[in-house]
Amino acid sequence: MVKDKAAIVGIGNTEFSKNSGRSELQLTCEAVRAALDDAGLKPSDVDGMTTFTMDSTDEIELARAVGIGDITFYSRVPHGGGAATGLIHQAVMAIASGMCETVVCYRGLNGRSGHRFSEGVSGNIITADAMHWGWYMPSGLMTPASWVAMYTQRYMHLAGEDKVKEALFEVAYTTRQHGATNPAAMFYDHPFDRAEYDAQKKIVGPLKLYDCCLESDGASAVIITRADKARACKHGGVAIKGVGQSAAKNMESMTSFYRDEIAAIPSMDVAAKEAYKQSGLTPDDIDAAVIYDAFTPIVLWQLESWGFADPLKSADFVLEGGLRLDGRLPTNTHGGQLSEAYIHGVNGIVEATRLVRGTSKNQPDKEINHALVTSGVGVPTGGALLGKMD
Amino acid sequence: MTPEETKAFEEKIHAFVGRENGPPKRGNDDVNEAMIRHWAEVMGDELGTYTDAEYAAGTGKGGLIAPPAMLQAWSMEGYPMAENPAQDIQRQLHNVFDAHGFTGVLGTNTSTEFFRDLKPGDQVTAHCIIDTISEQKATGRGIGYFIETLTTYTDQNGEEVGKQVFRVLKFIPADSNDAADSSTEDDSPSVPTRITSPRGHDNSWWWKACDEGKILIQRCTSCQTLRHPPRPMCGECQSIEWDSIESTLDGEVYSFTTLHYPKIPGYQYPNTVGVIQLSEGTRLVANIVDIDYETIKIGMKVKGSVEQVDEKTMLPVFRPE
Ligand SMILES: [Zn+2]
Repeated sequence: MVKDKAAIVGIGNTEFSKNSGRSELQLTCEAVRAALDDAGLKPSDVDGMTTFTMDSTDEIELARAVGIGDITFYSRVPHGGGAATGLIHQAVMAIASGMCETVVCYRGLNGRSGHRFSEGVSGNIITADAMHWGWYMPSGLMTPASWVAMYTQRYMHLAGEDKVKEALFEVAYTTRQHGATNPAAMFYDHPFDRAEYDAQKKIVGPLKLYDCCLESDGASAVIITRADKARACKHGGVAIKGVGQSAAKNMESMTSFYRDEIAAIPSMDVAAKEAYKQSGLTPDDIDAAVIYDAFTPIVLWQLESWGFADPLKSADFVLEGGLRLDGRLPTNTHGGQLSEAYIHGVNGIVEATRLVRGTSKNQPDKEINHALVTSGVGVPTGGALLGKMD
Repeated sequence: MTPEETKAFEEKIHAFVGRENGPPKRGNDDVNEAMIRHWAEVMGDELGTYTDAEYAAGTGKGGLIAPPAMLQAWSMEGYPMAENPAQDIQRQLHNVFDAHGFTGVLGTNTSTEFFRDLKPGDQVTAHCIIDTISEQKATGRGIGYFIETLTTYTDQNGEEVGKQVFRVLKFIPADSNDAADSSTEDDSPSVPTRITSPRGHDNSWWWKACDEGKILIQRCTSCQTLRHPPRPMCGECQSIEWDSIESTLDGEVYSFTTLHYPKIPGYQYPNTVGVIQLSEGTRLVANIVDIDYETIKIGMKVKGSVEQVDEKTMLPVFRPE
């Protein structure tokens, strides 16, 4: 098994912006350098690399640019934001099986000044799943917000429309409060109130502008190494206790509208079960979380997948203040992708590491022994449980 | 055309290369705040540096600037050109193409360079030349030539503020229906239509039936399980043998949503899309029309029909029963 075989020892972000003014390769180099510095490691210590299939930065370009030497492991994970903790999954397997010792996980994108995901699939589609999108483009259902809204409407129908809408506001509001006090966040110093939230333009269905994540330029990197080596690193290590990944039955990319019930995220249910099983932990052991928040409703469903609330009941958990710094599960303490930056969830791995280290800008006033971090949903997805080293 | 005819034709068109399209055209309006504001509103690009004089003064720009993408707008002809297109050199060149059967026209791409920000009070003048004409090319649309015009924009001091290359394909339409369309419509912008599905081995049969007004549901001939969207193998029994049945399009709303933003050309907004639970048991994603979207309820009975939704597209649409 993988429990405690590997640890996160270095984390790095670039600044987050609407226009980085430099290449995705350069952004990624900077994030990797920052993560190596944070670990107290040299580029030549790295012998493994993993990123998103969607990332434009070639492993060997990055290695040459940063001065990384011989690489014995490289891999990529598909499905956009669904790949975030997939990077941890790859790194842990490679390290536990002895394929390499130290892996850099990276993601860099000019997501605002370059390709914008909010444009959906209306542009040139060159991927092999073009025909899949063909079932949705003619009717106009072709943006990420619209696919998520389709699940949301069904979820509201079953869980109670008014309560769910209140909970969506609470997710957006709490996350922004956290971002407003994180100097690295794009919405630093910009809290909002109910009136401002309500005044935003409608995007799709119940989703208004502040229910939708940012589009950002920037990069994030994480260094993962063998647990016994981690202790010698500058800040020690944050252990990987368990990491699950799953594409559950009858999955389509973002449009799994043909399952028996669509008001849930079966792929995350499976991933959570895997991660809990590997780690021996239960929801009661988890002290804080970074939950992938491309849109507010997906946070609700993931709370149910990870056992913090019963199916269709997460609005109650949220409305009781469960996500706040003094709540049961302080969540997205960096401001999430709604308010810090949208780096496809890898900035979330950086924050989850900080939470366990005790160095978040919004560190909750309690001991964080274990933190959850998740990947994007609607696509094949996953999540990781991080914790203090034994 | 015979090789000799082609040679004569190419000599004719190449004689246009390097010619000015017409005299320099000074914009009808100088750069001004009102047009900047209208642009910013319509494009949803309301940066403070475009619309908020006080804010802009405090930035590195030192005051309001025009959105760079407006460059071409400052020297555009007004609405009268829609009725009376200018008989400029470019028009004459296109007439030569038309007379030789190259009646199709397709704007393929444009690239623009910006040398400085434009501010209210600037005067923009456009200088346009026929810059290049390509060799004859075989394209997906038909045999044709790419024509590039180069427009240089200058300000009141004669300094260059930007450049734009505009590339069009003049072609012999591959089928005669297109030829008729193109020859009558090549000056008017075409109305955008829905983005349609790419068609491949596993789905073209379905879309072809849709074009003919029928919604089919794939059926495994081994175990009779219905499936949608179509795929080559039955997930229940792994048979690759299948046929299809025609849906009655009776159904109910399983879920739905209404899109407001972004607004993609070819679609009407607000745009309501439903996941329809068909009476046959499979689901289908399609537009729900002729109803106030705020009154749609999950579970509502709907009836579908296949309709022409724009000039080119047949699609299933559903209405409350
Ligand atoms: Zn079968």
